[in-house]
Amino acid sequence: MEIPYSVKPRPDTGLYNAKVGIWLFLASEVMLFGALFCSYILLRVNAPDGMWPHHWLNIWLGMTNTIVLIFSSVTVVLSWASLKMGQFKRYKLYQGVTILCALTFLCIKSYEYHDKFIHYEVILTDGRIADGHIEKGQTTADTVALLGWWPKDEAALMDPPMGHPVEKIEIPRKQIKTMENYGPWHNTYTAIYFVLTGLHALHVLAGAIVIFAIWGPLAKVWEQDPERYINRVEVSGLFWHFVDLVWIFLFPVLYLL
Amino acid sequence: MESTTHDAHAPPHQEPGFWQKYIFSTDHKVIGLQYGITGLMFLFMGFCLMTMMRWQLAYPGHPIPIVGKLLFRVLGEDMVGKDAAGHVGVMMPGLYNSFGAMHGTIMVFLAIVPLAFGAFGNFVTPLQIGAPDMAFPRVNMVSYQFYFMGGIIMLASFFIPGGAAQSGWTSYSPLATVADMGTRPNGQTFWIIGMVFLISSSLLGAVNFITTIIQMRAEGLTWMRLPFFVWAQFVTGFLLLLAFPPLEAAAVLQLGDNLLHTSFFLPTGLVVSGQHLHVSGGGSPLLWQHLFWFLGHPEVYVLILPGMGIVTEIIACNTRKPIWGYRSMVYSVLTIGFLSFIVWAHHMYLTGMGTRIATFFQTTTMMISIPSVIILTSLFISLWGASMRFNTPMLFALGFLPMFGIGGLTGLPLGFNASDIHLHDTYYVIAHFHYVVAPGTIFALFAGIYYWYPKVTGRFMNEFWGRVHFALSFIFMNLVFMPMFIQGMAGLSRRMYDGGATYAAQDGVVGLSKQVIGLNIPISHAVWALGLAQLPFVINFFWSIRRGKKITSDNPWQATTLEWQTPTPPPHGNFEKPVEVFRGPYEYSVPGHATDFTPQNEPPTAAPAPHGNPLLS
Repeated sequence: MEIPYSVKPRPDTGLYNAKVGIWLFLASEVMLFGALFCSYILLRVNAPDGMWPHHWLNIWLGMTNTIVLIFSSVTVVLSWASLKMGQFKRYKLYQGVTILCALTFLCIKSYEYHDKFIHYEVILTDGRIADGHIEKGQTTADTVALLGWWPKDEAALMDPPMGHPVEKIEIPRKQIKTMENYGPWHNTYTAIYFVLTGLHALHVLAGAIVIFAIWGPLAKVWEQDPERYINRVEVSGLFWHFVDLVWIFLFPVLYLL
Repeated sequence: MESTTHDAHAPPHQEPGFWQKYIFSTDHKVIGLQYGITGLMFLFMGFCLMTMMRWQLAYPGHPIPIVGKLLFRVLGEDMVGKDAAGHVGVMMPGLYNSFGAMHGTIMVFLAIVPLAFGAFGNFVTPLQIGAPDMAFPRVNMVSYQFYFMGGIIMLASFFIPGGAAQSGWTSYSPLATVADMGTRPNGQTFWIIGMVFLISSSLLGAVNFITTIIQMRAEGLTWMRLPFFVWAQFVTGFLLLLAFPPLEAAAVLQLGDNLLHTSFFLPTGLVVSGQHLHVSGGGSPLLWQHLFWFLGHPEVYVLILPGMGIVTEIIACNTRKPIWGYRSMVYSVLTIGFLSFIVWAHHMYLTGMGTRIATFFQTTTMMISIPSVIILTSLFISLWGASMRFNTPMLFALGFLPMFGIGGLTGLPLGFNASDIHLHDTYYVIAHFHYVVAPGTIFALFAGIYYWYPKVTGRFMNEFWGRVHFALSFIFMNLVFMPMFIQGMAGLSRRMYDGGATYAAQDGVVGLSKQVIGLNIPISHAVWALGLAQLPFVINFFWSIRRGKKITSDNPWQATTLEWQTPTPPPHGNFEKPVEVFRGPYEYSVPGHATDFTPQNEPPTAAPAPHGNPLLS
């Protein structure tokens, strides 16, 4: 039994099944990320004045990742166009670059995550606040070593002044009241940051795996059924564009605003 | 059309084994039956939970008869206690909460949606549009497996320490986060993970259904020739596709609150049992409610629209008349689909979100009742002047109409925020939505089972016992839910563990009257009687597979739609040759036609050519 229009487009809709399917799926994805963006707005609006963090993320890293993803969007289109013209080797090259871009993105993202997990806010028993990255080598059972600064209060921490002096801070553990890194539990900003970017990173990973599978292990389909193969590349490409588009919204919302 | 066997001509392919044929099948009909059987089992389970809760409501503090001891042995003494005389089997508050939350979850997400959308949608939709299968058969299989996994996770949660989720089927935060804080992962964690599976299943199903309906319609089956059932499934698909993802987002956020100590839904300064909760705070409990009800309200229409579709098919067939106002029904169902996305906050009038927002949602809520009334009115008018066949499916379909009518009309006072202030969270609400879903959708599902049973098995279900099933169900459904309106208007809260005894009127104390609380006892008896009334159905269902009256034609009800133009049961691939459609779905009693039904694929007589003349169709 053959399912109709699984490769050839249906004349009156002009679409093959998988293309309808992926567009519907992307509509549901819009609702998924839309709900999270709405959550972001509500949490931010609810935050007390001056207590929503700014400039907690490295704009240059975010910018690099934005460029990497936009570049990969271009290579995805080029790879599909190459296949349409029957140039399989070209396709291999372009889509290879796409996969490399995805990996670059994920590497940079992991570095950013790691940076948040080693970034601590320490409140001392005398009420002072120390903030900075932990120095693993010099942190012992008795003292915590940070490379950071002394903000005058919580509000100062919400928007750290550009180029504030960084010094080495050693705090005896006895003087520590609370000590918490910038994980999702830190405040609602880090929480929504990790959920939004985490979910997006999962999408990048999934997209990269699918594109890789079509590019590598499933490449022999090209010889058996080229039209089906082009469809697969097109559908995975549509998903990839969506993933890029989400990032285009995430970057200004989380890094710049 | 006669059913002929083509096995002799079929290429010598290997007959699939049991596992491939029934467990890992990609055939939409087998998957539909998998959904159907699993869904009916969950329907039974959800009902059983309620029978036990009704004991506690009618006779608070008394040990549950028959199953009390068993519950004690399985769930332990935290959940099932002893009465003053030392008899084991009293339902403890935690267990009551668990059963309440899981009754709602099981009924909505594991029983009604899988039956209405998964089972009927899967089995009937491809047949009605003349397709050989769904557009993505393997995705279809995976969506059933996700549903099954979700169900297993939900069931498993009853037996973990602390028991199943206790915060209602709505899982309002912060309650859902602070309840049972000692154990992690707890019932709520299981609930969330189970929901993620169920949501993924619905999403895959929705993508598949919509694609199938857009892409796989037979030649000549234009949009306005689609049976109303297909339209209902189409809109239902869009509701699931677009409304479920926000709940998935909410589930991820609540999982964060429960396991990672984030504060999406936890406000600053939350105090639990006199202790300040050590979380960062800054979250919003209202956010959960918005995200939940953004799904929750379209979900109501997911529950009802397929039911309306089933009822429409059966009414058209058994009145032997075209449906009155088919086009207005189609536009109404599309309008319902759109409006259902902007009414959600009528569940939240009492949250203090502001009167202006409440006014907006009150307006949209009143607006959405218009298309619903159009559909119901069209169905009522369709009955006018018909020489009806009162068989079991038709009885259930006719029962659906007034029952859904009561459910819908009693919703209006809940949609006005002034009257909702009094009725919110009382038994009135329970009575209202159960009238929509229980004697509404479930009657439609029964109607559908009796109606399509001959197509699946080649045999009718027993007509006499079908009527007994209908009559008893109809009586007891009303005896269960009608008194709840009275209880609710008297102010009985829906979440009372003791059936309202705490707030009973005493000398000099204003409270619930004896009569109102006393109604709990007849209601509970009616629930148990309703359970017994399903026995004829269960026996009939299994008995008729082998012993039912055999059908003599592939189209035993003499219906017009395409699912009856296949062999019985339809083979893999459904149709023996490609189908072409020449007419609308409900051409009954066409003047001048030899029979009182004209199947959709019957070529126009004016066209002598064997394939029909497209210009004349």
